[in-house]
Order: sequence, then structure tokens, then C-alpha cells
Amino acid sequence: MNSKRETGRGSRTLFSGLKYLCILCTVVSVAALVAVVFYILKNGIGKLSWQLLFGEYTGSAVSIFPAFIGTLRLIVIAVLIAVPVGIFSAVYLVEYMNNKGKLVKVIRIAAETLAGIPSIVYGLFGYLIFVRTFQWGYSLLGGGITLAIMILPVIIRSTEESLLAVPDGFREGSLALGAGKVRTIFRIVLPSAASGIVTAVILAVGRIISESAVLILTLGMVVNLIPSSVLSPGTSLALDIYYFASHGYPDEAAATSVVLLLMVILLNLLATGLGKLIKRRQGE
Amino acid sequence: MNISVRNCNLWYGDFQALKNINMDISNREVTAFIGPSGCGKSTFLKILNRMNDLVDGCRITGSFHIGGVDIFDKSTDVNLLRKKVGMVFQKPNPFPMSIYDNIAFAPRTFGVRKKAELDRIVEDSLRRASIWDEVKDRLKKSALGMSGGQQQRLCIARALAANPDILLMDEPTSALDPISTGKIEALMSELKQELTIVIVTHNMQQATRIADKTAFFYLGELIEYDTTEKLFSCPTDRRTENYITGRFG
Repeated sequence: MNSKRETGRGSRTLFSGLKYLCILCTVVSVAALVAVVFYILKNGIGKLSWQLLFGEYTGSAVSIFPAFIGTLRLIVIAVLIAVPVGIFSAVYLVEYMNNKGKLVKVIRIAAETLAGIPSIVYGLFGYLIFVRTFQWGYSLLGGGITLAIMILPVIIRSTEESLLAVPDGFREGSLALGAGKVRTIFRIVLPSAASGIVTAVILAVGRIISESAVLILTLGMVVNLIPSSVLSPGTSLALDIYYFASHGYPDEAAATSVVLLLMVILLNLLATGLGKLIKRRQGE
Repeated sequence: MNISVRNCNLWYGDFQALKNINMDISNREVTAFIGPSGCGKSTFLKILNRMNDLVDGCRITGSFHIGGVDIFDKSTDVNLLRKKVGMVFQKPNPFPMSIYDNIAFAPRTFGVRKKAELDRIVEDSLRRASIWDEVKDRLKKSALGMSGGQQQRLCIARALAANPDILLMDEPTSALDPISTGKIEALMSELKQELTIVIVTHNMQQATRIADKTAFFYLGELIEYDTTEKLFSCPTDRRTENYITGRFG
């Protein structure tokens, strides 16, 4: 047969072999994910209790309540800083620099490089600046600012993408009605890009929640005290996992992981849900 | 308002897109620009509300007066110019917001805040664009849910809400079906009672149907400009004749 002569027996075997390799790899990937989740649930779910979640941290019973407070404050600090700075930077690059020119290219490369730096390097930076130079010691504020710097490139990049996806017809339409550039950007372009930006911000919050390397060097890992101010040292959920695992509470570490896992899943659902909701309200 | 253009030249970088154009456009008439693609008719249209300001490397010389005012003068506010000289684009471009907010955008831009006043402008503009009856029950719904033809009439209403003296239309029906096109043409005949309309069109039948005067552009030059009847029945220039009889373009 014609096809047989063209492809040949050897390459056909190779092709079907590749197919099975793909299937095998998929099974391995899924199995690895399931194993992680299963292991965490098996060890952690038994330890999930009111005491662990919201109780007071005492010598006999541990609690992740201080970590809840710490994580929440870190999110607030980092988002308050990174979201406006990131969005305004992206607006400048896309709407004012028209997304071209040498400067934009340099800034883009810088942002992409920053996004690729291992987070422990950010942590070291935060440690040297806030803990040492500023003499704040370990603090939520120092940790939060360092996290803000870490998620900044992510927010800039995704806001840029969202702005670039806004059709030029909207900009022209607005300008042609006599709205100035600033009004066009803030009344038309940014709202049109809102769903993408909101999704990006929520995913960035997910990164804040999951981050540990930065916080090891900036936050102090004080697991038993509720931080009294933003300049107090503290802990976060991810840090608690590290602390529990290395101080003889492996099951509590697993339970904390369950909580963290749930929060990240919820955030991802929220990100897609809110994005869709905004789009639907705009009628897309 | 009368439009008066003298010695208009325009370059995109090194390319000269418009060559020494002189033109007077009369008040309360429909003027059509025709010509093959790339002849400069859209470019010329966009000078009149200074949309070419946005194009990098665009250089314009000449004098341009609308209602006696030099539109490139330093004291001319480009936003107020664009309020007076509205524009409708080839592709309907309603904003991703409600029908009401689309229409209210220009009045809000120029400081109208009172709800009763906005309501009045929105209804009035939609009526003038003959689309009020179709949308009056869903003003709070997104404008993106409308059909293409409705969207284009919404864009006309949105431009009218700024209370312009001149309406520029850049191939406003080329993306629409014949029925929607007919509605927009009928609308233009009504609107010319109160404002000056300049339309770029690829469709010569459209020009004969709606335009009082027609201008033929070719390779950046204004070849012929006359009453529509005269231009289509006995053109004086050979190139015009070749174009309208379909020998090129």
C-alpha cells in the first residue's frame, strides 16, 4: 500500500510509541498531583480543629491564627503598594509611550528579568534594606513591601496585556467625542481592561499567600504572637508550614497546607469568576 | 458651519498623502468623498477633527477653518473642536457599557451631571438617531448586545449627544447589511436639516443617493469637486470619469 511505503514500518512504530509516551507522562503528572493532595489531606485533615484555626497559641497547643492575621496584613500592604504602582506603570508604558521605543523595551526586559528572579533574592534584598539598613527588624511592613516588589512585574505585565487587548476603536471613539487622553484612559480603557487586571491582581494575591522564601528573611517567623502593629514581626501560613514541619508538628504542617491549598483554590475560582462577571456586566 | 481648507498638504513620514487640497464645504449639506483605497479621502476627513494628531510622524501644512476658526491655532482646544465636529467610524465602536452610559459619555465629559438633564439628552439623541423605539426599554443593558446596524446608529446618537455642528462619517455603512445601510442613509437625510455631514464612502450609489456635493480624490489629490449630479453625469476630468464608470478603483 502506498501509505505503508511512504511512512514505513519503523517510523509508524515510533509514532505510536510517542503516543503511549504522552499518555504515560500525563498519568505520571496527574498521579504526582493527586499524591500530594492525598498525602496532605490524609495527614492534615485530622488536625484541623477550632484550636488550630482560631485558638490561642499556647505551649501545649499550636494555632495558625497569628498566621491568618499576618497573611491578611501582608496581602493588604503588598496589594496597596503593588496594584496602583503596577497599574499606573503599565498605563504609562502602553498609553503614553505607545508600547514602543527603546525605553519601553529596556523596562520590559527589566520587568521580565525581575519576574524570573528567585524569590529568596527578593528576600535577601528586603532583609538588607528593611531589617538591617532601616533598622525595622523583622516586620510585616518590610515583608509586605518586599512582596509588593516581587509581584510588581507580574502586575505590570498582565495589566499591559489587558490594556493592549482593548480595541483602538474605543480609544478613538472616546477621543473623537472630545474626551481628553486622561479621561479616555480612566473612563474607557481601564474599565474595558478591568476583568484582566482584576484576575491578575487576585492571582498575585495567590502568590503572596504561597510565598515563603521572601518572608523567612524579612518577617521573623514569630508563630505564637498576634502582631500588634505593621512594624511587629509576624508569621504567615506558608511560614507556619515550614515552622511546624521543622519543629516536630508534621501533621499540623499538613493541616496548615490544607488551609493554604483551599485558599489558593478559592482565590483562583474568585479570579475567573470575577473576571467573567465583569465581562458579562460589560456585555461581552 | 462652513469648512474652509486652503493649501492642505499632509505627510506620513516621507510619504505625501495629501497634495495641495483646497475645499469649501457648505453648511447643512451632505458632502461625499469618493475615490479608490489609499487616495487620501479618509486622511482628509480626519484632519477636520484633528484625529491625525494621534498618528506618529504625521505632518500637516495649510490653513483649516471651521466656522471661521483656525482649528490648528494654539488657542483652539482640540477637545472642544472634537465636540463640535463629531465622528462616526467604519466599524461600530460602542463602549463596553450600557446604552445609556454610551450616550451620556460626551455630555458627562463636558460637565452635565444632573440626571434629568442627562435623561433628556439621552432620549433626544436616540430619537434623532431614530433608534429610541428600539432601545427605550433596555437603556441599562450593554450596548454590545445590539446588532451591528443598531450599534452604528447608537454611535451616531452618541456623537449627536455632544451636540455637534458637523458630523464626519468614515465609511459608516461598509460593515453593515443593506437594510441597516438604508436606515442610516435615511437618517443622514434628516440630520442634514440641522448639521453639516461629510461622509467617506466606497459606494458610489450611496454618494448619488445621499450627497449634495461629491469630491473625487485620487492619489492624494482632489481631482474634482462639484454637485453630485454634475460630477456623476458630466465629470470634467478624465480620471473622474474613469473611476465612476468603473474602469479602475
